[in-house]
Amino acid sequence: MKITQGTFSFLPELTDAEIRAQIDYALALGWAIGVEYTDDPHPRNSYWEMWGNPMFDLRDAAGAMTEVTACRKAHPQTYIRVNAFDAALGFETTRLSFIVNRPTIEPGFQLKRHEVGGRQIQYTIESYATQAPEGQRYI
Amino acid sequence: MSETSPATAAIGATGTTGTTGAAVAAARVDLNALLADSNVTEVLDELDAELIGLKPVKSRIRDIAALLLVERARKQVGLVGGSPSLHMSFTGNPGTGKTTVAMRMAQILHRLGYVRKGHLVAVTRDDLVGQYIGHTAPKTKEILKKAMGGVLFIDEAYYLYRPENERDYGQEAIEILLQYMENQRDDLVVILAGYADRMETFFRSNPGLSSRIAHHLDFPDYLPEELEVIAERMLETMQYRLSPSAVAALHEYIPLRMKQPHFANARSIRNALDRARLRQANRLFAEKGRQLDRDALMTIEGGDLRASRVFD
Repeated sequence: MKITQGTFSFLPELTDAEIRAQIDYALALGWAIGVEYTDDPHPRNSYWEMWGNPMFDLRDAAGAMTEVTACRKAHPQTYIRVNAFDAALGFETTRLSFIVNRPTIEPGFQLKRHEVGGRQIQYTIESYATQAPEGQRYI
Repeated sequence: MSETSPATAAIGATGTTGTTGAAVAAARVDLNALLADSNVTEVLDELDAELIGLKPVKSRIRDIAALLLVERARKQVGLVGGSPSLHMSFTGNPGTGKTTVAMRMAQILHRLGYVRKGHLVAVTRDDLVGQYIGHTAPKTKEILKKAMGGVLFIDEAYYLYRPENERDYGQEAIEILLQYMENQRDDLVVILAGYADRMETFFRSNPGLSSRIAHHLDFPDYLPEELEVIAERMLETMQYRLSPSAVAALHEYIPLRMKQPHFANARSIRNALDRARLRQANRLFAEKGRQLDRDALMTIEGGDLRASRVFD
């Protein structure tokens, strides 16, 4: 099951040229680029691991692309996303975030039912991937 | 695409791979049109007009511009030669205009489409070399990433290599630099600058670096006449002017200053002018009662220059 998080996630995978164009767009607006990766695809997992520091003062997408490439090389079987952070007063938040790498097999999510008092049912989802310990998922 | 110029039509003919030799031979590229398109002539003329002297440097820049234009024309008819390496080293005495030319170089390369953004990142040893183990690599890489799409200018590059300390982190910075100069040639142009003699030893101890730099530009010292013109240009930008007596004083001053130790070409002239401004301000202050007009505020008199130590 292809997970759909962030911008462009319902589109086919972006090519490197498209990623580069998106980064150039973000840089043209003065946003800082950060690269992050994770092996926990739960939609509420907002804290992904940072791949190096966010890159401020870049002028060209080539700099960010070297980091994306390096991260893919080090973590080929993880989700990698590119974040564009806007430091402008009033925003001070991520304005654009899209996935640039995903594992070859995405096992999807299991629906879990939890029975509580009065035979009520609470539902939650859990990724099959996270049933294995960290570092052993998606191998 | 209803209106295609003859040039693009010709390119269209050769665009498909495996065309016959006749079609390739028939392709024509108008170099003049390419030249007009890149408006690089403008930048080169500006360079000629605004920078005094520096003959060998200017002619080399023209060569590079021609090479890049021809390279672009070759690409249009389907010839692939790989992009040329444009890393450079600027050597010359202090104040001969290395940084100024580097600034221009970024612009020129941008107009010619060799670099994508055309900005200049000027750094020295401090910006590249870290303070503890493991600090250098990320620091150097960060600078390199910032410079991508533009020109990285490393001033006084010989400080990167300190042979007296074998544990110096400068060597690590050089290695990373080499790697990026080789692999990311399309993204980055590196210009190393420094005084001629020290750069010589620097390159001798880092042969890998020297061989990756295609263009070694030597900046000659300025002649006294050139320095006079430079002084006039500087004053113009600062909105000052020389009185006739000051022109005569400057004419005498420059050869005298050139004989003094620590002469730094245009930089020394700038400093001399700054001191003359100081004396002018003092002089105007001394004549308190007087009403000052625009002219008085702009003019530097002969006395302002002649008060210099050089005339003693």
